[in-house]
Amino acid sequence: MSEQNNPTENSLGRLVLSSSPHQNSNDDVKKIMRGVVLALLPAVVFSVYYFGLRSMLVIMTAIAACLVTEFLLKKLRNKKINEGSAVVTGLLLAMTLPPSIHLGYVVLGSVFAIGIGKEIFGGLGNNIFNPALLGRAFLQASFPVKMTTWTPTKLMVLDAKTFATPLGGFKFGENIIHNFSDYWNGLIMGNIGGCIGETSAAAIALGGFYLIVKRWSDWRIPVSYLLSVFVLGGIFWLINPAQYPDPVFHLFSGGLMLGAFFMATDMVTSPETKLGSWIFGIGCGFFLVLIRLFGGLPEGVMYSILLMNAITPLINRFTQPTVFGEVVK
Amino acid sequence: MKVSSFKHGSHPAEFKEYTEHKTLEPLPIPEEVFIPVIQHIGAPCKPVVKVGDEVKTGQLIAESTGFVSSNIHSSITGKVKKIGDFPHPNGTKSPMIQIVAEGDEEWVKVHDHTEPWGEMSVEQLKKIIADAGIVGMGGAAFPTNVKVSPPRDKKIETFIINGCECEPYLTADHRMMVEQAKEMIEGTQILMKILDVEKAFIGIESNKPDAIEIMQKSTEHLPGITIIPLKVKYPQGAEKMLIKAVNKREVPAGSLPMDVGCVVNNVGTAIAVYEAVVKKIPSINRIVTVTGDAVTEPKNVIARIGTPFSKLIEFCGGLKPDTKKILMGGPMMGVAQYSLDVPVVKATSGILCLTKKSVPYREEFTCIVCGRCVHACPMFLVPTRIARAVEAGKFEMADELGIMNCIECGSCAYECPSNIPLVQRIRIGKNKIREMKNKKS
Ligand code: SF4
Ligand code: SF4
Repeated sequence: MSEQNNPTENSLGRLVLSSSPHQNSNDDVKKIMRGVVLALLPAVVFSVYYFGLRSMLVIMTAIAACLVTEFLLKKLRNKKINEGSAVVTGLLLAMTLPPSIHLGYVVLGSVFAIGIGKEIFGGLGNNIFNPALLGRAFLQASFPVKMTTWTPTKLMVLDAKTFATPLGGFKFGENIIHNFSDYWNGLIMGNIGGCIGETSAAAIALGGFYLIVKRWSDWRIPVSYLLSVFVLGGIFWLINPAQYPDPVFHLFSGGLMLGAFFMATDMVTSPETKLGSWIFGIGCGFFLVLIRLFGGLPEGVMYSILLMNAITPLINRFTQPTVFGEVVK
Repeated sequence: MKVSSFKHGSHPAEFKEYTEHKTLEPLPIPEEVFIPVIQHIGAPCKPVVKVGDEVKTGQLIAESTGFVSSNIHSSITGKVKKIGDFPHPNGTKSPMIQIVAEGDEEWVKVHDHTEPWGEMSVEQLKKIIADAGIVGMGGAAFPTNVKVSPPRDKKIETFIINGCECEPYLTADHRMMVEQAKEMIEGTQILMKILDVEKAFIGIESNKPDAIEIMQKSTEHLPGITIIPLKVKYPQGAEKMLIKAVNKREVPAGSLPMDVGCVVNNVGTAIAVYEAVVKKIPSINRIVTVTGDAVTEPKNVIARIGTPFSKLIEFCGGLKPDTKKILMGGPMMGVAQYSLDVPVVKATSGILCLTKKSVPYREEFTCIVCGRCVHACPMFLVPTRIARAVEAGKFEMADELGIMNCIECGSCAYECPSNIPLVQRIRIGKNKIREMKNKKS
């Protein structure tokens, strides 16, 4: 059938044979990981602005430690590293640490996050808990005091070397937020003490929106998480405004923004169905308010998400869609 | 414009601009054709010609042998050179009849009724469709006479013409609706008579406004035929999704559209019915979109069945040097070809040629459980878990997860950021489960 000057002759034998589909959305895991790093940049910039280069040092240490740990563990199991998720884990872990933390703890937390948080389960995709949060929880449990010693930002005029975060302040009796401008400067713009990444709600939300617009995170999770915190926190506040903080304070304090936009949305450890995402977000919000108001811990974001991580397989099972045409009679 | 649709699905880039405004062009009659004796789902045909026989265009050369089977006709006038195995676009070698063109074209009519079709009986019309070897032109190639003959206890209420053409790149149906509207409507009316329905719906994705407009104009005076603009979403043209969009019915898992009182036929099929009944031409032509960035001059070609792919590509100015992939069909469900020496068959809706640039290497990562495949699956399956089950060899689990309901539309793998060959794994699983079930019974 093929004749001498068949224009296609020269291309035969080099044709790619593969199974359908032959078109792809052009999104891949590496791109998503790069996107998450990019989305965290505004928050990183803010933290350097407020805490100085020290916070940069913590971030770099965490990323390097995560990369090295992953490399060694993969080598041990003779697997390839490919997707760059260790960078994200390191960066996220650093965001949850106080800027003044001793670098040794940073390394320790990183090793734990990658080793126990990820690789022990078989690597990215198989882990049950958000690795960064698990690393942070490990540090919190082992060295509670180190983890809650906050540095004031450089722009704060305070003598004290260490002091409580606004949320800690509320918990332990000294409310430092009094009016709207306190909200604006402190909680929203980030001029408050706290972890590297939980200072500026605005910077975090900016990155969070970027991820949502790019379809790299599921908007249902932050929306349902934040909304349920607002509503549940609001109910308690209405019951007794003197005893409980107002819902806006809830939203903008602590690591909630970071948790809602970057931690809870972690694809691996959140449900795969849309309904599941709603349940997951609401569950996080519910536990967060409970822990904040009645628990003995200074902050509940981390535990609320880890708790929901644990029941994600269950949520997946219960929200599995019914096969098309299966119920119709 | 109000548009209907189904739930889930994906939005692959369309790439219709290559050919959507290109007028249908008839390919010159080829010097030789290779006509497979199996072109449809069902029993193979028995050749009724021998090597050396002279055949005319439209002459029966292989006869259907079972109920679900469909006749094969010569698409040119000439001599039978060989009956044997040749490469088929489905990737196998398959029995074909090779015919070499000789002399002037002479035609054999598929029937010799002189009365207009309005006066023919339903049985007569069905016989013409069966004799003409018409099969579904959308891709599945199911014999049309079988499709329009539901068992007596299944009353057909909804008749749908599928003008979605949701596969990226393909524009054959689109051009037919624009250029052959009259023929298509008449074909639809013939089918309505056969099915004994008062109403027909023509579903068209709203990315073809010109087709919708022409169809609406040509059916203005026909109250029985309604044009339904549909949302541009993949796979809108899958039978089950189309039925869902048009009349909200869900075809139960493992059932046929006729079980919910529906029959769906493709645009090309309606035109083939018109040609057989009115023009007395059997199914020997096919409109093929030859497209992709590797084709010098993409076109919508009217080709004789059995024409080698190479002839169509030559007609479109040949391939560019960095051609990397050739597909029969569109990018979502098409079959990769290793050679251009395969013939156009009744199910060849397009020949898609892609350059290196359009076929990038994609590294496979582990599943990050992002859920995109779940959100994309029009059958409401959980592709990631099914693929994992198959990989782990847990076929029973895959079966429980509904693997057999997968329509292999490719939406899940299209969306997967980890580039996991989900559909390929699902296919492997389906074959394995079929094998297991056959063994048991
Ligand atoms: S699982 Fe099957 S039906 Fe579902 S999206 Fe994938 S290919 Fe389509
Ligand atoms: S789309 Fe791919 S990565 Fe995402 S859940 Fe499905 S299989 Fe996993």
